[in-house]
Amino acid sequence: MAKVLAVAEHRDGQFGAAAREVVSVAARLARDLGGTAQGVVLAGTGVPVEASSLGAFGADKIVVIEHDALADYNPEAWVSTLEDLILAGEYGVVVFSATTLGKDLAPRIAAHLDVPLASDVTAVAISDGVVSVTRPVFSGKAFAHLEIDASPALISIRPNVFPSVEWAAEGEVTTVTPDLNVSDFRVRVVERESSSDGVVDVSEASVIVSGGRGMKDPENWSLLESLREALGADAALGASRAVVDAGWRPHGEQVGQTGKTVAPALYIAVGISGAVQHLAGMRTAKTIVAINRDADAPIFGVADYGIVGDLFEVLPRLTDEIADLRAKD
Amino acid sequence: MNVIVCIKRVPDTEARIRIDGSGSSIETSGIKYDMSPYDAFAVEAAIRLKEGLQDEGDVSVLTLGDSSSSETLRKALAMGADRAVLLNGEVSLDGLATAKGLAAELEGSEADLFLFGIKAADDDQQQVGQMVAALSGRPCVSGVSSFEVDGRTARCKREVEGGSEIVEVDLPAVLCITKGSNEPRLPALKGIMAAKKKPLEERPAQVSASRVRLIGLSTPPPRAEGLIVGEGPDAVPELVRILREDAHAI
Repeated sequence: MAKVLAVAEHRDGQFGAAAREVVSVAARLARDLGGTAQGVVLAGTGVPVEASSLGAFGADKIVVIEHDALADYNPEAWVSTLEDLILAGEYGVVVFSATTLGKDLAPRIAAHLDVPLASDVTAVAISDGVVSVTRPVFSGKAFAHLEIDASPALISIRPNVFPSVEWAAEGEVTTVTPDLNVSDFRVRVVERESSSDGVVDVSEASVIVSGGRGMKDPENWSLLESLREALGADAALGASRAVVDAGWRPHGEQVGQTGKTVAPALYIAVGISGAVQHLAGMRTAKTIVAINRDADAPIFGVADYGIVGDLFEVLPRLTDEIADLRAKD
Repeated sequence: MNVIVCIKRVPDTEARIRIDGSGSSIETSGIKYDMSPYDAFAVEAAIRLKEGLQDEGDVSVLTLGDSSSSETLRKALAMGADRAVLLNGEVSLDGLATAKGLAAELEGSEADLFLFGIKAADDDQQQVGQMVAALSGRPCVSGVSSFEVDGRTARCKREVEGGSEIVEVDLPAVLCITKGSNEPRLPALKGIMAAKKKPLEERPAQVSASRVRLIGLSTPPPRAEGLIVGEGPDAVPELVRILREDAHAI
């Protein structure tokens, strides 16, 4: 029976949208193949993972692999653990999330299994047993439609593109502990730094408030921060390349060709002219708003709605109106 | 300290991409090509590493591509790399096939570091560096925005969602480089002249068969034309109404 495996990521035992999406995709592919979908979760010993919750998105079985060395992402530990599982399980398709972790991990697994990998796909289908995918190329200026001629077919799916689909399945959980020799590892994470103080990362945010050179001075980011706060917990700050290169904002906020590609529900571009490289990173946002004093700025060509004006007058007003609106919710 | 940097020639990131009549390639006329941006960060990192060691070290650049890729290698040489190798062949749609071609060339290399840009600005696959590492049996860290070498360890800053990690890796290793704070230098005239005399070898690439088949290329659907809601702060209430009631965005 055809089996599809979803590699589901978690943070301290909590699943995010990426995990629900990857299981949903695996479950849909399994149905197309007349087979079954399974999930695998790697976790530190004793981390409370509600693995059975993945059953609600179509996973018949979930394997939780527990070991101290799996508490955080260590490529060598994860690769050796998953490689064994995939080989033993004879999966037809393996689905990863194209998160930072998944984009690091999936190519390594592909090379170890000697199969190709279609990364960061935005569509996938199976027809007559052949996996076909669509993936963005040239920073999203074009799409490539491909067929994979190998088994297992490995794909990583772009976050925020595929829906999480509820589909009741068994969700039977098995927990195993692998044999891992930590002293063999040649890669070691020695420190973790969180830059966001609990604010959602720009690549995961459903609302992004993004600033460019029009903001004139790094001190003015307090205006964007106020708007971000008014928009709620799912909002993050983004930045253009120009202000990151100028040292005004950290590289982690940069949206664009040499920054992050984002697909939020709402992207508000403030004082950003809309260079090709920036658009490449945000053009698939569901709703794009631009605020700029230059009516000819290219950003207005891609925005759904815009205000032409002085952002120093528009921003405080926008923050107040949104805060009022949400206070009434 | 010997470093090999793998680079790729890609269409300039400003280029307008159009699909040609066949539906399977892009229109190349009028397109300017250059070193892929993340690869430039990797070349810069290698040269700074060498400079930090009072130039005791060797930086090689390697590319797999057609003969026009020699231009890109010369640019790396002009930036300060010491020697270059062109594996003449076609980059595969199948990243693993390309990785095998590179790994075949790198087999037996005792270079302390192989550096890659984290992804190429044309196919955006973000896989070849890690695959070459796996094929070469070397440990690998990707998403490295900066690193230092201390003895037989590289200490890397790795960018992740919501922050960063400090990761140590034993040499010899592979690092996949992302944007950090070191802007790649523009080759100066002196470097460009020197580059002409630096060794550039060419040999055929050994790219294995692709197991990824291209069905076609397409361009994204155009976005519907946008609406300028108004001018200045007085346009804000209407914008907010639209975002709430029409777009359901807030």
